[in-house]
Amino acid sequence: MKRFRSQLATELQLVARNGEQLLLTLGIPVLLLVFFSMVEVLPTGTDDPIDFLAPGVLALAVMSTSMVSLGIGTGFERSYHVLKRLGTTPLGRGRLIAAKISSVAVVELVQFAVLVPVAYLLGWSPSDTNWPAAIGATLLGTVAFAGIGLAFAGRLRGELNLAALNGLYLVLLLLGGMVIPFAELPAVLRSVAQALPSGALADVLHHTLGGVGTRPNTSWLVLGGWAVCTPAIAAFTFRWD
Amino acid sequence: MEVTGLSVRYGDLVAVNDVSFSAESGQVTAVLGPNGAGKTSTIEVCEGYRTASAGSARVLGLDPATQQRLLSERMGVMLQQGGVYPSARVLATVRHYCTLYGKGADAVALVDQVGLTARSTSTWRRLSGGEQQRLSLALSMAARPEVAFLDEPTSGVDVNGRDTIRGIVRDLAAGGCAVVLATHELDEAERLADRVVIFDGGQVIADGTLAELRKGHDEIRFRSSPDLDTVALATSIGMVASRLGHDEYVIDAPPHPRLMAQLSNWLADQGHPLTDLRAGAQRLEDVFRRLTADRGGAGEPSAPDPSGVDGSVRRSTRRSRRRRM
Repeated sequence: MKRFRSQLATELQLVARNGEQLLLTLGIPVLLLVFFSMVEVLPTGTDDPIDFLAPGVLALAVMSTSMVSLGIGTGFERSYHVLKRLGTTPLGRGRLIAAKISSVAVVELVQFAVLVPVAYLLGWSPSDTNWPAAIGATLLGTVAFAGIGLAFAGRLRGELNLAALNGLYLVLLLLGGMVIPFAELPAVLRSVAQALPSGALADVLHHTLGGVGTRPNTSWLVLGGWAVCTPAIAAFTFRWD
Repeated sequence: MEVTGLSVRYGDLVAVNDVSFSAESGQVTAVLGPNGAGKTSTIEVCEGYRTASAGSARVLGLDPATQQRLLSERMGVMLQQGGVYPSARVLATVRHYCTLYGKGADAVALVDQVGLTARSTSTWRRLSGGEQQRLSLALSMAARPEVAFLDEPTSGVDVNGRDTIRGIVRDLAAGGCAVVLATHELDEAERLADRVVIFDGGQVIADGTLAELRKGHDEIRFRSSPDLDTVALATSIGMVASRLGHDEYVIDAPPHPRLMAQLSNWLADQGHPLTDLRAGAQRLEDVFRRLTADRGGAGEPSAPDPSGVDGSVRRSTRRSRRRRM
């Protein structure tokens, strides 16, 4: 257990020391939440934009941490041979992965601890919330996005991985129903967007935290599918060196 | 550590082909070889990081392929480059690695041993190349290892840093650790190694102590005028002499005082200077060149044409021993 704790402490120290990751995981979600709730330029389809934005930005936060931050960090660790060196210690893959997932979970807790109060301060007043289901969806989304991040990190060089994950982040953000409702997308894009992990997570969170999801049952299935497939792909393709 | 009939293949490429050698506790074993010779693949099998295609490796009595977890508790590994988070701090990193082992070393003492106490709070990216190597060496000692695999430990390190690292490596071996040192720096191996294993083309082409590898290869090297008549010199001293370079010459013979005197007298009589003189066993670099050249590689100094275009006499060619354990 002391090895796991030591690795987790190291992971968290590195996250806290990495300004870019902090910007990505906290700065951008808070900025989006505050800006678009005060400047009504998005066609959210709700009386108050914050009712749509809050669940969407929580989904965005999960994606930022578990896919982009984890993927980029792990990719560079592979490039720097950190993983290879750790592989020669008694830490083991299991504890390493558990420490990484736990560090993602800790960061997500911090994100929720910041974003939810900010949303309430901005006037978020969801009429119908199911937090246990929202947490379950968050866990599924974390697994799905972590699988994508590790799949990229396990195959691509550090810089290429960085560019690819940031590009994917942008695509999943715009098509994910997080800040732009599915209804505003062209029909062709809409069906693609709803099949994306970001779209499924945002839709489930919209449903569980305000009841504005479009097709929650299908989105649960889509999200579960991604949560099974992407870690399997990552495990199958990951290279440690 | 004992490697027996080990082969490593990457698809159709045979990186290591039926290699056997051993490394003893309390000794520094240098593993040498050109790039792509197979030494890294072999060592990675011994670390449990890579799987052998054939043959076996036993390290501390354990099979690295199936008992890597047990082995890792007693093994130290120093990678050639990196292996540390760029934003990680020196003492925190060493402390983390010490915690990963059941009987890990004291982190503060370890940082002091490698001379990085003053840099304890610096991040990896702010360390010089030599300091990074010393930190990397410290991490390899976090386990209080019984076997240590060190890859180019002095690469990019200044003179003082090299002395520190050499001292630590010697102390490791003196404490009973089997140190396996992979390096391209033959001078470093010559200074540190008790035993040398030379790889070439995926095979071990030589294995023994420095004295064993040098045995029968005494020589006298000297520098003098570029226009030295080596035929006349050979006739005078009764030994084969040849030109190695512009003004460098070699006599393949043990450095007997009488022969040294003959050489000095002949040079004086002919009015040639003696600008440099080294006599005795071949340097490891020469042994390495000789052995790899015997296998068709580059490296052995070309002997001048005995027909006498430049008046030289061809050096006698000795075939190397190719020992296998």
